Amino acid sequence: MKKLLPLAALIVFVIVIQKMTGWTDTRFYLTQLTMAAYYALLIVGLCVVMGYAGQISLGHAGFFAIGGYVSAALTTINLIAYQDRVVIRMLDGFGLLVAGQDIYGDAILVVAPWAACIAAVVCAGTTAWVLGIPVLKLKGHYLAMATLGFGIIIYRIVLASAVFGEADGISEVPPLPLLPGLTVSGDFGMREENYYIAWGMLIIGMILLRNLIDSRVGRALRSIHGSEEAAESTGVNTARFKLKVFVLSAVFAAVAGVFLTHYNGGIGPSEASVMKSVRYVAIVAVGGMAHLWGALIMGIVLNFLSLRGVFGSYDDAVFGFILIVIMLFAPNGILSLNWRGYFLGLFRRSGQTEETGRAIDGTP
Amino acid sequence: MSVELFVQYLFAGITYGAIYAIVAIGFNIIYNTTGIINFAQGEFVMLGGMISISLLPFMPLYAAIALAVLMTMLFGALLEICFIRWLESPGVLRMIIITIGLSILTREAALHLWGESIRSLPYFIGDEITTVAILGARISPQVLWVIAVCGLMVLFLSVFFQATSVGREMKACAANRRAAILCGINTRNMVTLSFMLSAGIGALAGCVMSPITSSGYDIGTGLAIKGFTVAILGGLGNSMAAVGAGLLLGILEAFSISVVPLAFKDAIAITILLLILFVRPHGLFGSSTAAGLKEF
Amino acid sequence: MALLEVSGLHKKFGGLHAVNDVSFGVEKGAIKAVIGPNGAGKTTLFNLITGALAATSGLVSFNGAPIQNRKPHQIAACGIARTFQNIKLFHDMTALENVMVGRHLRSRAGFLASMLNMPWTLKEERQIREKSMELLALFEIAAYADVEATSLAFGQQRAVEFARALALEPALLLLDEPAAGLNMHETAEIGKLITRIRDLGITVLLVEHDMSLVMDISDEIVVLSFGEKIAEGVPADIQNDHDVIKVYLGE
Repeated sequence: MKKLLPLAALIVFVIVIQKMTGWTDTRFYLTQLTMAAYYALLIVGLCVVMGYAGQISLGHAGFFAIGGYVSAALTTINLIAYQDRVVIRMLDGFGLLVAGQDIYGDAILVVAPWAACIAAVVCAGTTAWVLGIPVLKLKGHYLAMATLGFGIIIYRIVLASAVFGEADGISEVPPLPLLPGLTVSGDFGMREENYYIAWGMLIIGMILLRNLIDSRVGRALRSIHGSEEAAESTGVNTARFKLKVFVLSAVFAAVAGVFLTHYNGGIGPSEASVMKSVRYVAIVAVGGMAHLWGALIMGIVLNFLSLRGVFGSYDDAVFGFILIVIMLFAPNGILSLNWRGYFLGLFRRSGQTEETGRAIDGTP
Repeated sequence: MSVELFVQYLFAGITYGAIYAIVAIGFNIIYNTTGIINFAQGEFVMLGGMISISLLPFMPLYAAIALAVLMTMLFGALLEICFIRWLESPGVLRMIIITIGLSILTREAALHLWGESIRSLPYFIGDEITTVAILGARISPQVLWVIAVCGLMVLFLSVFFQATSVGREMKACAANRRAAILCGINTRNMVTLSFMLSAGIGALAGCVMSPITSSGYDIGTGLAIKGFTVAILGGLGNSMAAVGAGLLLGILEAFSISVVPLAFKDAIAITILLLILFVRPHGLFGSSTAAGLKEF
Repeated sequence: MALLEVSGLHKKFGGLHAVNDVSFGVEKGAIKAVIGPNGAGKTTLFNLITGALAATSGLVSFNGAPIQNRKPHQIAACGIARTFQNIKLFHDMTALENVMVGRHLRSRAGFLASMLNMPWTLKEERQIREKSMELLALFEIAAYADVEATSLAFGQQRAVEFARALALEPALLLLDEPAAGLNMHETAEIGKLITRIRDLGITVLLVEHDMSLVMDISDEIVVLSFGEKIAEGVPADIQNDHDVIKVYLGE
């Protein structure tokens, strides 16, 4: 029951926020809240890799971009010129393509959004798998640099490829129909619907990850963080578990990328930039590394503020600043500071506090 | 490929390679005394160039460069004193994140100070069309400046580490920090000094390269990646090998533009970095047993 | 046939023969000790058996099957558990969770099953918890189950590590200097504990400095010096062995 309470609180919170924006006529907030939820989906995935399994990744924007770009490219590249090729006809035969008209009335033939979405996620997962086999053998600085290098390569590829629109990115990405009546789209009329899709995805992701952390697999991951040698000695195949959790988080990132791209109707190279990867790491760190709820809350709050433009032209600087301050003064995240003791202390005359020093730890 | 073109590429490669080597040596100096990789290394190079450009209207070129180098050294020392010095045995992950944060803050501060425009110092001798002929190729004298200054810095550093007592104390610090403390060496000051030293050489490199490559607020990250690649290529902590590795990478890059599109030039260094990390993380010149003894 | 058979094991570091042509066997149900002065190659030998190091040449077989040069987790899966000289517990995890990791090989929930919280995983999880609590009780530290393991007292940490190793239900338990850092009283306690573990039907191979402990509890002793085996036999014989006395006391 203890596990269900925060989730129930989150669901209530999501509904209350939506209603409040309705009553106060501030529905425009929903757009940023929707986007923040998708970014938070990536961040909770990264949190499991970094906080629990102890493997830093400075390339997660790369997986987000692979998801977003592959899906965007597949659903926008017009295949009409190749429609007589065998491959294209086979794809069409399987129902993977949709025909339509572009805004100028010309006939277009593109990959169906649902198929593009699956292809994008599979593509990101496979990339993580292939990359992870050599990369996850590395530790510390080496791992950080290798993942950073991967992120930069993705950024360069996106910037230099005509298929991905070079510096302009890809626009005019069609909506992604999920279920009958549920479509991921930036259409104003579907703002509430998309808010719930995004938060629904985030909540489902959160439930999956919570279950994972509380399980045999979660313990094995945390044991790798504790001591790889000892984990091996108890029979944990550390290489395999690191690889699997890396792929899992890449899939989370890619799903976030796909959905956000279809929601925004486009994607640009800044989504693949190193600063984005650093930002995600910053948010996980602020949330307290091994703290899924911390990552979720900070992911929502900081992304929402950033998307609202609160930080202005100091956006990147704010994240750099947050990184330093947190790492210097509260390396276990701001939620780990003794807030309870602090607030209790405010109400208490004599300075006697119980359990001083011991951080409130959210891990099970 | 004609001889002239070959020489042209070769010199371009050596120029960039020398800069990469200096950045790599900067990484190594700090790594050796602290065991951390300073992700803000590239920002020192950026600062050197940008500060000297800003000082130029008020003083002669060489004074501006000298002052810029001094100010960057001071900046390096401040970074260490404010952010690194008082941390009790911080983990690697924490240090990585802190130096990344410092790098971002420095870059953003530079952006707000100087804006996005790209500037450069004037050529030290002549201007951009002045050339000297070497084996039929036309080379800018600035290229020779870069090579000479970088060469001198390497020479200075090797003399410093071998012949001066401070240099030897720093080396002792690198070899065994604990033993160094027991010998009465103030290792904390050595760490500060290592930050100053690597900031200084980075800044000087930033000044001499500025006429050729230009300076902008955002050149640090790219240089840091290249420098790190070179440091790994030569074996982390091994500064002499970094010189060889730097030249190798610079020349590879220079010749690569005749084969692959320019947009992918940076990807070459990173691909090399990834390959090296996967295949020989102890570097081209290092031995695996020696690397195995080091705690990464 | 011996449970663990080491034959002609050899490990070279550069020009140094850390372990040089060492052979011995560990009988099922026995407590066997490896002793030797500092630098004799005891820990290297240990690391070769547990897969932490790769042997230059030689054979290690367990239950008749060769196991040399396998990865440590594969060796654990064969039924060999170990403890570490400088205790290696998982930080940020409670004593109970540490022991629960030891049940890894005896449970099977994977990524997908765990994320979806399949009903059978709940049952498995409960069994893991019960078994781990039993082991903590066996070592009389059940009261500290929910305390962060690395914040426990030294002796208790050692007990957690023992419990974690036993959670694997191994056929063979390797102990790397179990008495290191303990006082005489605690050493005697550890001695009793090791005999009790043997009485549970688990074969024990230990590396140890403490002579009195080794002489007390071992059925057989192997003596190493400069990487070579110089003697093997029951404690009484070892105590009177000329070579052993020479190595330990000098000429």
